[in-house]
Amino acid sequence: MATNVYMEALSPTMEEGRVVKWLKRDGDPVKTGETLAEVETDKAVMDLVARADGVLRQVAAAEGQTVAVGSVVAVIAAPGEAITAAAASAPKPAPAPPSGSAERGAVPSAAVPADATRVKASPLARRIAKEAGVDLKLVAGTGPGGRVTKRDLEARAVAAQPAPQREVPLPAPRSPLVTRGGEPYQDVPLTQIRKTIAKRLATSLGPIPHFFLTTEMDMERASEARDALNKQLGDQGGKVSFNDIIIKATAHALTKHPACNAWFQEDHIRYWHEVHIGMAVAVEDGLITPVIRNAERKPLADIGREAKELAEKARSRRLQPSEYTGSTFSVSNLGMFDIDQFTAVINPPEAGIIAVGSIVQKPVVVDGQLTPRRRMRITMSCDHRVIDGATGAAFLKTLKQMLENPLAMLL
Amino acid sequence: MANSFDVIILGGGPAGYVGAIRSAQLGMSTALIEKEKLGGVCVNIGCIPTKALLHSAYIASLLREAKEFGVEAGAVKTDYGVAMQRSRKVSDQNSKGVEFLMKKNKVTVVKGAGVLQSGRKVKVGNDVYEAKKAVLIATGSRVKGLPQIGLEINKTTVISSDEALFLDKAPASMAIIGAGAVGMEFANIFHAFGTKVTLIEALPRILPLEDAEASDTLAKSYKKRGIEVIAGAKVKKGTAAKDKVTLEVEASGATQKIEVATVLMAAGRAVNTENIGLAECGVQVTDRGFIKIDQNLQTTAPGYYAIGDVAGPPMLAHKGMREGVTVAELVAGKKPHPIKYDNVPSVTYCHPEVASIGLTEDQCKERKLDYVAGRFPFSANGRARGTGETEGFVKILRDKKYGEIVGAHIVGGHASEIIHELAVARENEYTVEEVELAIHAHPTMSEAVAQAALDSLGRVVDM
Repeated sequence: MATNVYMEALSPTMEEGRVVKWLKRDGDPVKTGETLAEVETDKAVMDLVARADGVLRQVAAAEGQTVAVGSVVAVIAAPGEAITAAAASAPKPAPAPPSGSAERGAVPSAAVPADATRVKASPLARRIAKEAGVDLKLVAGTGPGGRVTKRDLEARAVAAQPAPQREVPLPAPRSPLVTRGGEPYQDVPLTQIRKTIAKRLATSLGPIPHFFLTTEMDMERASEARDALNKQLGDQGGKVSFNDIIIKATAHALTKHPACNAWFQEDHIRYWHEVHIGMAVAVEDGLITPVIRNAERKPLADIGREAKELAEKARSRRLQPSEYTGSTFSVSNLGMFDIDQFTAVINPPEAGIIAVGSIVQKPVVVDGQLTPRRRMRITMSCDHRVIDGATGAAFLKTLKQMLENPLAMLL
Repeated sequence: MANSFDVIILGGGPAGYVGAIRSAQLGMSTALIEKEKLGGVCVNIGCIPTKALLHSAYIASLLREAKEFGVEAGAVKTDYGVAMQRSRKVSDQNSKGVEFLMKKNKVTVVKGAGVLQSGRKVKVGNDVYEAKKAVLIATGSRVKGLPQIGLEINKTTVISSDEALFLDKAPASMAIIGAGAVGMEFANIFHAFGTKVTLIEALPRILPLEDAEASDTLAKSYKKRGIEVIAGAKVKKGTAAKDKVTLEVEASGATQKIEVATVLMAAGRAVNTENIGLAECGVQVTDRGFIKIDQNLQTTAPGYYAIGDVAGPPMLAHKGMREGVTVAELVAGKKPHPIKYDNVPSVTYCHPEVASIGLTEDQCKERKLDYVAGRFPFSANGRARGTGETEGFVKILRDKKYGEIVGAHIVGGHASEIIHELAVARENEYTVEEVELAIHAHPTMSEAVAQAALDSLGRVVDM
């Protein structure tokens, strides 16, 4: 019996996937669990694995092709098995409206979801789920034949809050994908990640009442501390960066200002007791925010190692959903791009983000003497529904004290 | 053992006989105990004969207006006795139909008054029947009088629907106490047969459980045709003489004396829970007198279930029928679709008909729901104009955010039939958009439903 290979929902929000590369070819023997193809989701490149043993046949999605979740992309059959029409014809690309069709006036939609992912849900449940961003596939339906009803969604809303997804804006290098010769513009189709960024960020600066606080701080002692630490680490590898120190100080400052370590949840504010720092990472054609969990409790060296690993994973698009969801506060650093100061867009439902500029030597008056000092600017974006001006300022003051005198973190 | 069955049902009304059929369909041996005719109040002295009489009343009023439609019927003469005889035939046919269904489904019918005993047993006369799986209590309800103010049902001048359904002729005058569905329907019937009708309701408006707009429309319609309607009225005293009754009625701060040939009591029903051995089996009742049940309709005594009117409101045949089906499936070990008590349609078959489902607009306000009301009057509906049934409207209350249909109210000809589109929609959680998207045939009264849905979305077409 042939088994269909479906485009699976590899992330909680994935609606379609692009086949990056087939690792198995038509006719290759495959075993359950083996990776068949690499698929670009809205977040990352993930593995599509075999769900049966057999021979890969009838590969229906070409490399580079984008298909809807639930579409059949290939078939796994027994060697020599004649594939029935039913299994093979299951993938239905957008059907052309047949003449004499009983439906008119509709725009042909994307591929019809195959039965493997067809969700039984009432129209009302669909509307509520859409509004709440709930994936109906993850909801157990109690209606006739497992149909998801309003009651099921209400029960779920009481039971759990869905994990949010997040990105933080960062300018990202982009390569033109489609160029039209001689025209004064070029149209670049949105990639999966760019679509998600657009969708997510449109829910930030628009609806969230942002305000911004900027402070400049002296980074001399932080620089000295960093040099000393790296000297001590020596050949052990894993050097500490300014970004690591900033993440550590931010996490530490948040423990002293829990009012800034919060999620706005429409009818309530969730104040987190743990600090999970989202770290904006520029990737090719976008950005993603891997999370350093419990940064308040981790030694600097661990933060440094983890940050490096996560950034590498992000750049190679290998982050798992669990590695980029659930942050409570974010840090965006454009210092390496020689940006003195900028404002970052809040990553909802978080209530704050800091934008870190570059460290530059400036003439500063210290004890009545004009001296060159290394200085850095941080701008904090606050969601005014959660954080008031004075609250944000108090947090920034603590952060500044910690960065100007890293020993303060020991207090 | 001859007297042993899987399921024994006490009461052959709509809840009981439907429960019996479903039990038998599921392969359980079933016995149904009934002391009177099969079909209960519904078939014999309720739903069915009143619908027959209402149709007679409808024909009378149609003929009175026939000239306007180009049909001369001459002077219209009515005879309640003939209409009553016809309604009896209809009831008997239906009762025989239930008997036939019992035979067809191999349900054993035991004639007699059953009394529950412990150990899932029911005693009828000297015989004891034992249920291996469940005893279903479906003893129903009866009309009640108001003896405390002198209005005990004497079956001559103070009557209930039980007697009204068997009168040989319509009385010259009648006061109907209670303007719920029963009072409204009899007011309609007797008025059409020439009785001078006074309709008295204690609550501020007639059809107190319906949407206020429905009540207003019916009050206007009744007053226009000459039925006196007194709402917010308190009957302080009733004095029944041999051929007349005098009522002292207080309304709008003044007390008036009303003298009528007959008083029809239509102020609620009492459940039949006496003398059936409930206490002996450990079956408890609620403060309001209904049998206490859990979410599986099981009483406080394991193995004893209650369905229909005795199990609590709404006291409607179709609610009892569904409970009968559900209990049979539960007893058979199936997992039935849960009964949605907030999605039971309510219908009053007066002219124009009143049908509703879900919340009234006042209830939406009380619950502080964010809702939008969509309305469409039958006066703007082509079919209704053609048949001269322009009284009434369709009103749909939709949740503002998601479009859920939280309530629907229809006043008009055939409202009892039209409401089911909205019952199906609500049961399946269709929103107003799905209702509107379904193409409605033109010209039909049902188009008003689609238009009311559109109106709730701010884009009504035909108005």
